[in-house]
Amino acid sequence: MSLQHTLSRALKALPRQSASKSASVSLTPALLYFSQLRSASYSTITGSKQTILHQKLKASKNSNVSSKNLISKRFAGYTPRTRNPNFKQLTAADVGKFGEILPKNRMLVSKELGGSEDTSDMDGYNTDWIGIYKGKAQVVLFPINAQEVSQILKYCNSEKIAVVPQGGNTGLVGASVPVFDEVIISLQKMNKVRSLDQDSGALVCDAGCVLEVLDNYLADHGLTMPLDLGAKGSCHIGGNVSTNAGGIRYLKYGSLHGSVLGLEAVLPDGTIVNNLSTLRKDSTGYDIKQLFIGAEGTIGIVTGVSILAARRPSSVNASILGANSYEDVRHLFKQAKSELSEILSAFEFWDSESMTLTLNYNKFSPPFETLYPFYVLIETSGSNTEHDEKSNLAQNGILAQDKSQFRKLWDYREKMPQAIFATGYAYKFDLSIPISKLHDIVGYLKQKLTSEGLFLDKDGKIDPSLPIISVNGFGHIGDGNLHLNVLMKNEDEKIIESFKYQVYDWIKSMNGSISAEHGLGIIEAENLHYSKTPEVIDIMKKIKHLFDPNGIMNPYKFFPPT
Amino acid sequence: MSQLRILVGVKRVVDYAVKVRVNSSQTAVETANVKHSVNPFDEIAIEEAVRLRERLPKGSVAEIIALSCGPAKCTETLRTALALGIDRGIHVQVPEGTTLEPLAVAKLFSAVVKEEKPDLIIMGKQAIDDDSCQTGQMLAGLLDLPQANFVAKVDIKDDKLTASCEIDGGLETVECSLPAVITTDLRLNEPRYASLPGIMKAKKKPIKTVTPADLKVDIVSKLKVLKVEEPPKRKAGIKVETVEELLNKLKTEAGVL
Repeated sequence: MSLQHTLSRALKALPRQSASKSASVSLTPALLYFSQLRSASYSTITGSKQTILHQKLKASKNSNVSSKNLISKRFAGYTPRTRNPNFKQLTAADVGKFGEILPKNRMLVSKELGGSEDTSDMDGYNTDWIGIYKGKAQVVLFPINAQEVSQILKYCNSEKIAVVPQGGNTGLVGASVPVFDEVIISLQKMNKVRSLDQDSGALVCDAGCVLEVLDNYLADHGLTMPLDLGAKGSCHIGGNVSTNAGGIRYLKYGSLHGSVLGLEAVLPDGTIVNNLSTLRKDSTGYDIKQLFIGAEGTIGIVTGVSILAARRPSSVNASILGANSYEDVRHLFKQAKSELSEILSAFEFWDSESMTLTLNYNKFSPPFETLYPFYVLIETSGSNTEHDEKSNLAQNGILAQDKSQFRKLWDYREKMPQAIFATGYAYKFDLSIPISKLHDIVGYLKQKLTSEGLFLDKDGKIDPSLPIISVNGFGHIGDGNLHLNVLMKNEDEKIIESFKYQVYDWIKSMNGSISAEHGLGIIEAENLHYSKTPEVIDIMKKIKHLFDPNGIMNPYKFFPPT
Repeated sequence: MSQLRILVGVKRVVDYAVKVRVNSSQTAVETANVKHSVNPFDEIAIEEAVRLRERLPKGSVAEIIALSCGPAKCTETLRTALALGIDRGIHVQVPEGTTLEPLAVAKLFSAVVKEEKPDLIIMGKQAIDDDSCQTGQMLAGLLDLPQANFVAKVDIKDDKLTASCEIDGGLETVECSLPAVITTDLRLNEPRYASLPGIMKAKKKPIKTVTPADLKVDIVSKLKVLKVEEPPKRKAGIKVETVEELLNKLKTEAGVL
């Protein structure tokens, strides 16, 4: 069934459903804005996303979020303050050993350790993407194959030198930068495609391949990567795997736990685990690769990835709808799922507060004259251009909107984080919640903060004299993933502390997850118990110990402090 | 003020965001299996007609008609116009692959204007496929009507049309009587999105199909295309490792130092 047809049905159906349930539920008069994209070339679309990323980067670097708040100052959850004394302090002799493994031009070494770099030259590797964490690594290594990674890790393990693996360094939880002086092992020079099976779509590549580069490579073969996210122009596939990244195609292609067919990883003792299977099916024993997906480099370094590419959709449609309640958004989602089933590729939503922020900051003209409490963006991807076109014509005789409108439409959603970062001090949650309750936390938090006199005046209006200027939510409703944001005029640790744990308690009571697609890193390490039972955490620790008895792999993160 | 009837030109062109390719016989750009959309300048024309209806005293604009000349799929383009608020469509249908030169289109429009007698004809200043930028002017010439081209602002009062036209280095304000032909420039307005209710309504709006023969217009091309070629490809740049290498290349290869 075509998107157009489904939308028109939704238009008719929604008010009826709402009215029958409760007279007080207001109607949804507007399912508006419809844009069609046929025989679309994805590269032009994703090209604009890359620009967005760069703008995001600029925005965050320029905002006050980054400039002054380094690790010791900022309240960002658990912030380790003491270096583990069991780890060796690097010496010139260690640097000499690294020099035996790697040529000079693939090492950055600080002047203190006999190299040529000022510490500021290494800031890019020491600072995380949102600019809240800054480590003090004095050595950055750039291996180009698993053998080199193996030799480096073997040496570090024997000397108890702590390491941090790093990909595109676009993570949002501080997992990819050192906390103290851990050696950075950057995979950025491991960036070759190894093979592509055109029959099955199995792509085998180095871990340091940039996601967008891979996608462009696959485009030439009529294929696409099974994941897509805002940072695609910089992030590495190895980092995606290690974070268990989600993104906007999750609804269609599912988790990396399914699309990753095999991995090559190097363990701390130097063992190269070659599990680069290209098989769709394999039921021979423990599925070891799954342990590395989302492990954030704590048990080994992913050096190669075998991933199942999907057929590139040749026909893409998108639409933005306005809705009056979260209930209506849910109805829309159910309807979209049942009627668009296999061609539904994204179902995003955001609330009016997020919309206002992005409209103001990006100077976008609103899609509709009225501001709706909720907005939904539906994207469909099909494979049969002619068919889509014909069925649309036959059923509706409708129009074709153009590609630039398709991009503008995604801009409403994609430029939202940038707007939020730029408008004030944003405290962000990345939550997994059952879809039925997804947006409840926003109302709960608003009410709570208002009752505590921090947000909204008596009449429910924004009061500029209060510390909190916006509480908003947006996200991937199809995946039950909400990005909840509390926007403050200025960073205030006390206020953050006052609401943060209540949000987590709420999440725990809903059996949700405190990190849906960003990982644990430094930020969420101490909060793991909100999502995992003590038994599960215990098993995680045992696994960690089995692979990394000396604890050198990406330390101070991932696990709650003991 | 008497009631206005507006005619808007709508051309179906290869989508602005598509990377065009020359076809294998080198006679034109490839149009098969390529996304087509409303010519962006015509979208502005549609928007202005609809805004005039919204802006002028209620009931001033009696009817807005969209006219498209081209193959069967132009009905799709016309539906877009109808979804945006146009009342009805006229499609001058020609077989797929027929070349319509600006003069032929102007003659077709002229024939329709004589039948429909609109007070105002709004066209895009040019189509983004052939960039001719001639049809509006030719139409005004054929009908001997006043014209305002590259319009950035338009107002109608007491049967007088005032328009700001983009000219080199500034704006020119012209005033003329109705009926008149205007062609739109980018700054005139920002077209709205088609709303779903609009799309639904568009399904029921009438589109009349006629042929050039019905209008007694000869559309035979006066021009012959000899060959269509892509411009020469730019060579890829290179990365240099050192400043010395850069200077060396600037001296020896680029010859700029």
